[in-house]
Amino acid sequence: MLHAKLTAGLIGVAALLTSTTATLAATEITFWHAMGAELGKKLEQIVDGYNKSQSTYHVTPVFKGTYPEAMNGAIAAFRAHQQPDIVQVFEVGTGTMMAAKGAVYPVYQLMKDTGNEWDPKQFLPAVVGYYTDTDGNMLSFPFNSSTPILYYNKDEFQKAGLDPNTPPKTWEDLVNDSKKLMSSGAAKCGFTSGWITWIQTENFSAWHNVPIGTEQNGFGGLDAELKLNGPLQVRHWDNLKKWSDAGIFEYGGPVGGDDAPPKFYSGECAIYMNSSGSRAAVLQNSKFNVGFGFLPYYGDVKGAPQNTIIGGATLWVLQGHTPEEYKGVADFFKYLSTPAVQADWHQFSGYLPITQAAYDLGQQQGYYAKNPGSDVAIKEITLNPPTENSKGLRFGNYTQIRTIEDEEFQNLLSGKKTAQQALDSVVQRGDDLLRQFQSANQ
Amino acid sequence: MQSKRTVFPHRVLPYLLLLPQMAITVVFFLWPAGETAWSSVLREDPFGLKSSFVWFENYVRLARDPNYLGSFGTTAIFAASTAVVSIGVALILALAVDRTIRSASIYTTLIVWPYAVAPAVAGVLWWFMFNPTIGILTYLIRGTGYDWNHLLHSTDAMILVVLAASWKQVSYNFLFFVAGLQSIPMSLKEAAAIDGAGPLKRFWTIVFPLLSPTTFFLLVVNVVYAMFDTFGIIDATTAGGPGGATNILVYKVYQDGFVGLNLGSSAAQSVILMVIVIALTVVQFRYIERKVEY
Repeated sequence: MLHAKLTAGLIGVAALLTSTTATLAATEITFWHAMGAELGKKLEQIVDGYNKSQSTYHVTPVFKGTYPEAMNGAIAAFRAHQQPDIVQVFEVGTGTMMAAKGAVYPVYQLMKDTGNEWDPKQFLPAVVGYYTDTDGNMLSFPFNSSTPILYYNKDEFQKAGLDPNTPPKTWEDLVNDSKKLMSSGAAKCGFTSGWITWIQTENFSAWHNVPIGTEQNGFGGLDAELKLNGPLQVRHWDNLKKWSDAGIFEYGGPVGGDDAPPKFYSGECAIYMNSSGSRAAVLQNSKFNVGFGFLPYYGDVKGAPQNTIIGGATLWVLQGHTPEEYKGVADFFKYLSTPAVQADWHQFSGYLPITQAAYDLGQQQGYYAKNPGSDVAIKEITLNPPTENSKGLRFGNYTQIRTIEDEEFQNLLSGKKTAQQALDSVVQRGDDLLRQFQSANQ
Repeated sequence: MQSKRTVFPHRVLPYLLLLPQMAITVVFFLWPAGETAWSSVLREDPFGLKSSFVWFENYVRLARDPNYLGSFGTTAIFAASTAVVSIGVALILALAVDRTIRSASIYTTLIVWPYAVAPAVAGVLWWFMFNPTIGILTYLIRGTGYDWNHLLHSTDAMILVVLAASWKQVSYNFLFFVAGLQSIPMSLKEAAAIDGAGPLKRFWTIVFPLLSPTTFFLLVVNVVYAMFDTFGIIDATTAGGPGGATNILVYKVYQDGFVGLNLGSSAAQSVILMVIVIALTVVQFRYIERKVEY
């Protein structure tokens, strides 16, 4: 027993020694991320490219699971003083990260302190707007931003006698197309969707220019209240329930909707709404011709379509490391925002190009002409100048509020509640969490 | 009985001998439990930068939260069903093995296997079989005309988690029942048989009463298992859904604390769970151990 412990101790010491010798050679920077599968491999390639481009710093990417797992892991690590230099946090965690002054190192500050020239104007306003404070300072680095788009099965559209080059524009179109797809036997169900919360509720609201909450969807202050139970949202949830009963819509499950992608890949459902960042996976997994389109809107709603809002994640820098490491982080971020790296990542993954230069580069390369549909996301998010209702959202405790949205949506589908009751309950339970967050952060 | 008192000359030695166990209890139980109790009266931001003492506000909130109270009901249904199903199935299997002679050891080995499966893996296994889109069992069930969908129907979801949780626990119960059955004297059963009692009669009047200590013991163990050890299964199959229909207390602690980062509330829920465990343990030692004939 003692012997075993001694050996373990010695191995530990040896490991420590080797790691210190490694840091002597290059400053070690840890980067926790939540990119799995195809995206994870690509991310590691990019980091590898950075490590090979210079020898002063060495970035180690560590896959930490899902978005909530990566974020919560980093927070737990921070409490134990073991935090990474960089952590990838999804957009829903933005409210929590922003409120954590003293734990995060704002990117604009980091760039200033390390003497790097950093022009926030090089980034697309629709992307950066989400991650800046009220004074317009950029707080985190928008690495992978996405927005929901519509994917559809062109082969099945053809079979049903629909024009394979015309995606449904409005919800009315979508329902009519679905009925044709189903009655002709081309598909078993009309459509499915990932992220009921993000796509069918939050983006739905922005796309129709109606608010999600007061205080400009939470941008204005911690005293914001939810307004998800407006007449339009109720109408949409009510329709989803009706469509679900009629078999037009198939529910893919809570959170990201794990069961939605297989329904689309297998041809069961002909239309599918999900993040533009799912593009790589969609192209890889579907054995049919895929079409791309804007999210549908209700034709009778004035001001629709407005513009969609951002999802995906940004990179946050955490406090408590050496200035030398922060220099490396700044250098790494500069590398990540170079047009070549950005364009590569964007074209591979379907995430938005975050800089104007990366978008321009893609155009010069003729990428968008060669890959129709690859610019749907960017067109959608920049369709109109954002209004108070379509800038995004910023609420504390929002991960939990999303869980509530999922629960209430399930209550709606199982017939336990009407759309109005379900959304009223979301607002009531959500506001309670918002008040708790407000009192914990004042 | 004659008691011999051995007197140790050392006064310190007994304490020294106790020390390792005490240290483990303090480090792995008392300290974390104390920390939990302390955070349950605090309101804290996720990073631990700011915290304020709020007395029992976290508990009051829980008492007023219909979802938390609902979770108690869900947990009760889940624990009771899991215990009944896993004990029932295990008993039938044990009786079957008790009657076979040649292949008993092979059966036993096979039945014990699921116990070695990690909860999360067991969860994924059942999730696959019952998946509304790709599950093979779903496909078969739908063939009979029933629309199985545990993402929508709370009863389906509850059945699924109960099945997954019981399946793993059957092995454990089975072993105890096999041992229990072996300790029932053959002569009693033979005497009853000679008196003309059929197999069913023999079971209800002789075997079952003599097995009661084992059954009671297993009941407590299974309830504790269902309430506290099924996190992995719930997380991998239903994640507490749909609409909180399988959100048992221990899963809610995780959701609120580790996903929602609402540490105060999560800690308060843990303290309540701790009280429940203590109560169950007291019940077991005080009443069951005394009243049941071993």
